[in-house]
Amino acid sequence: MSTPAMWCGQSVERVEDAALLTGRGRFIDDLGVKPGTLHAAILRSPHAHARVKAIRADPARQAPGVAAVLTGEDVTKLCASLVVGVKAPIECWPIATDRVRYVGEPVAVVVAASRYVAEDAVDLIEVDYEALPAVVDPLAALDTAQPVLHEGLRGNLASERSFCYGDPEGTFAHAAHRVSVTIRYPRNSCTPMETYGVVAEYDVGEDAYDVLANFMGPFSLHAVMARALKVPGGRFRLRTPPDSGGSFGVKQGVFPYIVLMGVASRATGRPVKWVEDRLEHLAASVSATNRVTVLDAAVDADGRVRALAWDQVEDVGAHIRAPEPATLYRMHGNLTGAYDIRHVSVRNRVVLTNKAPTGLNRGFGGPQVYYALERLMQRIAIELGLDPVEVIRRNLIPSGAFPYKTATGATLDSGDYAKAFENALADGGFAALREKQKEARAQGRVYGIGLTAAVEPSVSNMGYITTVLTPEERRKAGPKNGAQATATVALDPLGGVSVHVASVPQGQGHRTVLAQIVADALGLKPADIRVITEMDTARDAWSIASGNYSSRFAAATGGAAHLAAGKIKAKLARIAGAQLNVAANEVEFADGKARARGNPDNAVAFSRLAAASHWSPGLVPVENQALRETVFWTPPELTPPSANDEINSSLCHAFIFDFCGVEIDRTTCAVRIDKYVTMHDCGRILHPGMVAGQITGGFAHALGAALYEEYAYGPDGSFLTGTFADYLVPTAMEVPNPVILHLETPSPFTPLGTKGVGEGNCMSTPVCIANAVADALGVAEINLPLSPAKIAAHLHGAERTPRKPQAKPVAGKGRTLHGSGQAQAAAPPQAVWAMLLDPKTLAAIIPGCHGVERLSDTHFRAEVTLGVGPVTGRYKADIVLSDLTAPKAVTLTGVVTGALGNGGGTGRITLAATDDGGTTLAYEYDAEVGGKVAAIGGRLLDGAARIVIRQFFAALARHTGGKKPGYLARLFGRGA
Amino acid sequence: MKPPNFDYIRAESVAEAHAALAEYGGEARVIAGGQTLVPMLSMRLARPKVLIDIMHLAELKDIAAKGDALRIGAGVRQAEALASRDVAEKAPLLAAALPWVGHAQTRNRGTLCGSVAHADPSAEIPLVLLALGGSVALSSHRKRRSVSAADFFTGMMSTARADDEMIEAIVLPAKRPDTSTAFQEFGRRHGDFAIVACAAVVSPDGITFAVGGVADKPERRDFPALDGSPLDDAIDAFAWELDAREDLHATAPYRRELVRRMGRATIEEARRCLA
Amino acid sequence: MPRLSAERRHRVRFTLNGSAVEAEAEPRMLLTDFLRHELGMTGTHVGCEHGVCGACTIEINGVPARACLTLAVQADGATIRTVEALAPEPGRLSILQEAFRRHHALQCGFCTAGILMSLDNYLRQRPNPTEENLRVFLGGHLCRCTGYVPILAAAMDAAKRLREVPANA
Ligand SMILES: Cc1cc2nc3c(=O)[nH]c(=O)nc-3n(C[C@@H](O)[C@H](O)[C@H](O)COP(=O)(O)OP(=O)(O)OC[C@H]3O[C@@H](n4cnc5c(N)ncnc54)[C@H](O)[C@@H]3O)c2cc1C
Ligand code: FES
Ligand code: FES
Repeated sequence: MSTPAMWCGQSVERVEDAALLTGRGRFIDDLGVKPGTLHAAILRSPHAHARVKAIRADPARQAPGVAAVLTGEDVTKLCASLVVGVKAPIECWPIATDRVRYVGEPVAVVVAASRYVAEDAVDLIEVDYEALPAVVDPLAALDTAQPVLHEGLRGNLASERSFCYGDPEGTFAHAAHRVSVTIRYPRNSCTPMETYGVVAEYDVGEDAYDVLANFMGPFSLHAVMARALKVPGGRFRLRTPPDSGGSFGVKQGVFPYIVLMGVASRATGRPVKWVEDRLEHLAASVSATNRVTVLDAAVDADGRVRALAWDQVEDVGAHIRAPEPATLYRMHGNLTGAYDIRHVSVRNRVVLTNKAPTGLNRGFGGPQVYYALERLMQRIAIELGLDPVEVIRRNLIPSGAFPYKTATGATLDSGDYAKAFENALADGGFAALREKQKEARAQGRVYGIGLTAAVEPSVSNMGYITTVLTPEERRKAGPKNGAQATATVALDPLGGVSVHVASVPQGQGHRTVLAQIVADALGLKPADIRVITEMDTARDAWSIASGNYSSRFAAATGGAAHLAAGKIKAKLARIAGAQLNVAANEVEFADGKARARGNPDNAVAFSRLAAASHWSPGLVPVENQALRETVFWTPPELTPPSANDEINSSLCHAFIFDFCGVEIDRTTCAVRIDKYVTMHDCGRILHPGMVAGQITGGFAHALGAALYEEYAYGPDGSFLTGTFADYLVPTAMEVPNPVILHLETPSPFTPLGTKGVGEGNCMSTPVCIANAVADALGVAEINLPLSPAKIAAHLHGAERTPRKPQAKPVAGKGRTLHGSGQAQAAAPPQAVWAMLLDPKTLAAIIPGCHGVERLSDTHFRAEVTLGVGPVTGRYKADIVLSDLTAPKAVTLTGVVTGALGNGGGTGRITLAATDDGGTTLAYEYDAEVGGKVAAIGGRLLDGAARIVIRQFFAALARHTGGKKPGYLARLFGRGA
Repeated sequence: MKPPNFDYIRAESVAEAHAALAEYGGEARVIAGGQTLVPMLSMRLARPKVLIDIMHLAELKDIAAKGDALRIGAGVRQAEALASRDVAEKAPLLAAALPWVGHAQTRNRGTLCGSVAHADPSAEIPLVLLALGGSVALSSHRKRRSVSAADFFTGMMSTARADDEMIEAIVLPAKRPDTSTAFQEFGRRHGDFAIVACAAVVSPDGITFAVGGVADKPERRDFPALDGSPLDDAIDAFAWELDAREDLHATAPYRRELVRRMGRATIEEARRCLA
Repeated sequence: MPRLSAERRHRVRFTLNGSAVEAEAEPRMLLTDFLRHELGMTGTHVGCEHGVCGACTIEINGVPARACLTLAVQADGATIRTVEALAPEPGRLSILQEAFRRHHALQCGFCTAGILMSLDNYLRQRPNPTEENLRVFLGGHLCRCTGYVPILAAAMDAAKRLREVPANA
């Protein structure tokens, strides 16, 4: 193969692929473990909020194959709380201590001979919970009358800060228009295909932990974990496997489990392995934050935005888990998006609710911010009667204004937004799309166009999160900033080149790109460079910013590798200069040789040169010895927040402009993306194939967020999307091919001129699609995900009224199940009444009842086996009778708890005598179901509950000699 | 997510399967394709004592077209039915619905009878069986019996099958030359369970219309050969009679509206083929 | 009748990638765990254990199917192919695998084994797929990294190249 001038810029084949394509990847669960390694399974909370009153784990502890069962009490003895990132008196443990605060929170860890056996033992643990009211909505959580999650706080507000940049107040006062949007950004997650995995081993002799985990950084969390495990950093060795099955931020969230498994290993004296399963992942790994934002703009008559007022309420779930509330502050320098807006006010509040804790997720704060900002831009156009294209055009930061300092403190490194925007409109065929829309509408079709401009920040400033602290608090804590990137280039005795980095790739092809970068620097081929990316904190050069997030690879790690290679090269040049009798700066590296510039025959083989310092150090001056060079690079631009709270939250800023056309089916209300154009200026492109992959991959995530995906919770905090059948990840059928356009404006701040590209579409695409749907429907308020049922509310309009009055009330109330029915009993009301109050009769008629205990005349406790079809489980039921009007009516309030979930409900039963001496029993109930069945069988719950209840009445009727016991009585319950 | 313990019996004859069902009744589950049962085991939603594997029984593997009926054995996988000429010719409604059942990779193992036994309210195969007026052939050590689809599906995942019975086959009446059928479905993603699925069988003198995904089980109505707004009214009345479910993915009013609109479209599609 | 009790491990034998293999499993052991942890064939991945993601897809008796929805004991006597069988020889890739590499149809590679097993089978059955056919068929797989665009391109390209080579090359 002839050597191209530069390897960077070529879509070379990836070095990673041969192994991955042939089944020889080395993911965490593919690696062997030490003999004697135990396997962990976790018992998790079925309740959103409850006090843990008692845990009975002895039967589990005594089960064969079980080494230990650890509860919160055991765990807290062996570790400390995880550090919390705001100044508030709250703790964050990796396992519930006295309370559970979200569905899925760990309650006990079983360590056993195999995962199968560990799960068997989990089933044997009994926990008494005292259910507490849950708070789910972030705005409701602000209400101090609501239940409080952490008693250290007065309410659920964990942090509040207000900021003012420029003169927002004055600008609003004089503005021609004020336009406002309120948005509720939902919860979702990028759900990598590989779940979390941890293998932890504690060495009692050295009081040290050695952990292998598919953690992705940031390694600032290494400090959090070491502190929680109560060892110095050097005694907490964290290693990563060579391959990781995707992360998108999510594998940051494995860190509490690293602590938990470390403790489990310490408690058992054996290595402990835990591989998260998909149900655990969906319920309790990590979610992006949901956020309620009110955003106002002060706008001139021509659509120029003069000021913004942000009010953001960020819901981080049940705990503030490090590095939260970073999601809220990651975009702080970029709150003006791609626009030239000088006056900004911000009010940021962080609230706690009974949902899974949040953390890193592709886009990290960007989707939430741009959803508000770009919905606002569309509303400005509509309210002022302007073309949305024109509103964006008028507000873009002008060409030539770079580097541009935003009102909130970011330095936008480079770009030509206007040019990228105009190119996209022209090359992407915007005019034709408008024509198409016109035609479609003329035919009565529902067609909309959406636009979005966005700035995609990358290479986070490790100090941005301290913007959550007041300037005084920051002064006390000392400044935090920078983005230390590291890379090591080493030469081996045969003259081979290897590269070690702390970038922890999760599929992004880092090894390939680093080989390209170093090959270019040294005049070699990528195949000559061996790149090692599995990381070991005990041996590798790393710092707190290490890891795979904030799209920092190409800009920071790639740059550091380039610099490290440059250092080696400079030394080699001096050695070569001495050998070739030319000045070092006359030596050039190409085709695997170092040669004198202009005289290619005066050359020495690279490998020979590279081996020199190993074999003949005596010939090389000490300062020139070229063996191994490590570079730590941190950009000076990333300074701590200023005293005025200005923060350059990220180093690089890519520009994105997207537009799309969508059509909505009038019958199904499904959204079809007809065309999607995405323009990126991500600086210099090192590998076009991988950049395209980042864009199409991010686009698919964003499409999921826009149309399908939501971590949904019921009003009681029950988790409703616990499987991949309910958490809807788009497939090839749902994801169209976007049209990708580029402009390349190199970053002046990074060694290679590169910027991040991986997160942009997660920021721009959800709102671009929403804008198109809003345009199609002509609505102002629109929230994700844009499910057909939601759109139907607009498009189908009010439902036809029934021609006949309805037999049964069928209107739904969210997750509350309710229904009603009737049964005929042969006995008269008095007899039926007696039966209802008699434990013996109840035992006989409650579906699957194993016995009823009477606590008082109106309070019963029962053990029941309930089931529908193959789904059966044993439950404890607690039933209270009230409002008794003998023999006419009674209200039954029940709570049912068991391994498959928990339910509570109230039913009113009325008895009426019939002409033939029998009784008509009528009932109506409202019930709520939570826990496992709600999370994984939500689609079927309604009908299942109905069946069980119907069966109860059918059995009651049968017991009284009713005519038709029917199929139901037979189907349920072994005892009945 | 690992299954609890159970014994596993690989039946070598139908009689052996019957004997095992007789012995264990409700504590046993037949395992056919496993595409529904295995995830339920892994999630520990189901905890049978014994699994009875019927997939090695040659006598259950037939698709038999006899006279005006098509009999599909319990061992027939969905992919096999989809590839069958007999199914395409005698039961085009089934052939139209099968591509909607999961994905090619799950159809390669899932059976038709397993889907009928499981009776998911959104499942396509039960809907087709009901729409066509088919029946379920049940057998046990005691007896054999045939139950019409209308009587077989009794509610959410609930059927007329007794604990000691297995489904040996489903039987579909072969398509009459004077009828035409159509199937339409809407789900959130391709391959998902239906939010609403519609099946129509039309003949010059009437319409059979059935919907899945809406109520606890597939539901069916027979209309005279209506058209225009009387047809809309009839469908509307049917939509209201259905006890439409609410869940995460759809509201009851939305489901009913799909019944109206998609139902009408399905009937028209069938009519177009008749013409 | 072969009756395997829950408490014990039982011998399971099948043909894996052309060779006879055997190991022991409890009746409840999933085929994914059996392949990966008893037989050491870790190329088959586990992404959901409930049949949706497709990462575990392998060929069972000639057709692609979910290993996670199959018990090891059900596979007794079967003929199974996994991703480890696709390359014609060590150091060489199949036409499909090469197309994946050329088109960057994988990033983390976690979903890849399942997708390759599905496509390898599909392209043998249907050498002339349309992109739409392929989309429907790939609908049985989730990939979180690529957005599917390069996977479709690789599959179309592989189909074309497979048509060009003689059947047994
Ligand atoms: C990702 C995915 C998507 C799916 N999408 C759909 C969909 O869109 N539509 C749809 O309808 N289905 C769907 N399914 C389920 C479908 O694939 C199953 O094949 C079907 O529901 C059950 O068939 P089976 O042969 O696999 O039965 P199994 O799982 O073996 O059994 C299911 C139940 O039926 C019982 N049973 C099975 N056979 C008999 C018998 N002969 N006699 C008595 N009892 C029996 C079992 O004991 C068990 O309770 C999906 C499955 C997956 C994994
Ligand atoms: S692991 Fe089998 S389909 Fe997901
Ligand atoms: S390549 Fe990572 S999930 Fe497909």
